[in-house]
Amino acid sequence: MARITASVYTSHVPAIGAAIDLGKTGEPYWQPLFKGYEFSKQWMKENTPDVIFLVYNDHATAFSLELIPTFAIGCAAEFKPADEGYGARPVPTVIGHPELASHIAQSVIQDDFDLTIVNKMDVDHGLTVPLSLMCGQPQAWPCPVIPFAVNVVQYPVPSGRRCFQLGQAIRRAVESYDEPLKVQIWGTGGMSHQLQGARAGLINAAWDNRFLDRLIADPADLATMPHLEYVQEAGSEGIELVMWLIARGAMSDVAGSGKAPKVAHRFFHVPASNTAVGHLILENQ
Amino acid sequence: MALDKPYKNVPGTTIFDAEQSRKGYHLNQFCMSLMKAENRARFKANERAYLDEWPMTEEQKLAVLARDLNRCIALGGNIYFLAKIGATDGKSFQQMAGSMTGMSEEEYRDMMIKGGRDPKWGRN
Repeated sequence: MARITASVYTSHVPAIGAAIDLGKTGEPYWQPLFKGYEFSKQWMKENTPDVIFLVYNDHATAFSLELIPTFAIGCAAEFKPADEGYGARPVPTVIGHPELASHIAQSVIQDDFDLTIVNKMDVDHGLTVPLSLMCGQPQAWPCPVIPFAVNVVQYPVPSGRRCFQLGQAIRRAVESYDEPLKVQIWGTGGMSHQLQGARAGLINAAWDNRFLDRLIADPADLATMPHLEYVQEAGSEGIELVMWLIARGAMSDVAGSGKAPKVAHRFFHVPASNTAVGHLILENQ
Repeated sequence: MALDKPYKNVPGTTIFDAEQSRKGYHLNQFCMSLMKAENRARFKANERAYLDEWPMTEEQKLAVLARDLNRCIALGGNIYFLAKIGATDGKSFQQMAGSMTGMSEEEYRDMMIKGGRDPKWGRN
């Protein structure tokens, strides 16, 4: 039986990817941020899973306004890093896991979550920046990745509650897969940031840290938070944080007999470009 | 019954919902076309002619030509789409975001380094 071993949460700011690609990680502006991920890269080497289920959002890259799926699961054999207008990031092609992805799609859809199945898709910074932060600059990513794209661009985005329930369905799907795979689930995006209008540049460090506390200790309660609070307190793009609830919902202490997860790592930093960066590693016990 | 849209009252913020998306469909799809290098080159060579290939409103075209991102957003643009114009111009996301605040590039960057905009900004 496959199982979820840990969940990882991180912001996916595009400027972080650019800093890595352009060799700027040692600059005073970036140094404190990358220091916060040193532990994570070591942890990743010691805890390399067989598959990463990576929850992220597409930023008008693979999905234009022609097609806006709320939840889309990547079932392809591979996914190319996208050209987002600056040229594609010089990072490895993402190798998928079509067998597990299709299994999860079938299980989760039968569990009443109507996913969109994607068999051809380029992946943008939302997916590749977390991989770079956790894995550095390898020739190939350490394991296959299942991209799971959530619409957080056109409102209404899915509710925190829906995301949290979906995470639970994903866990049931993983645990019904016969092969004994170790699977990590990552939730990405956030934390507080606003990229538009006169209020651009908003950061709410106190709110972000409370979000981290509640995500760790009482995610079911956090999942009841309405969209409006995200927008008001964490900025219009802070709404990306609903995606973290998918990963948290898949942990074994939720709706099950598992113990509370171990907090292996916690980090918070302001700013990366326009954004507050938050990062957690939670291990199933 | 009208839909509940409490997010309309958040200061200095336009939420990109279905109503905005309908208004901005062609504006955003024009932006999307700039993900191809050959389209970026054609746009740069003659911006007005390139914009005239799209069924956008005159107001939308003028807002793009002026690089007035606030106006573009009011007319249905979404920042992730509009960012393709910035990429074509060689601008960073921080330069784009800052351009909407009335601050200089330097003032905006300094504000971010000092911890960003106060979340109480614009509230009563």
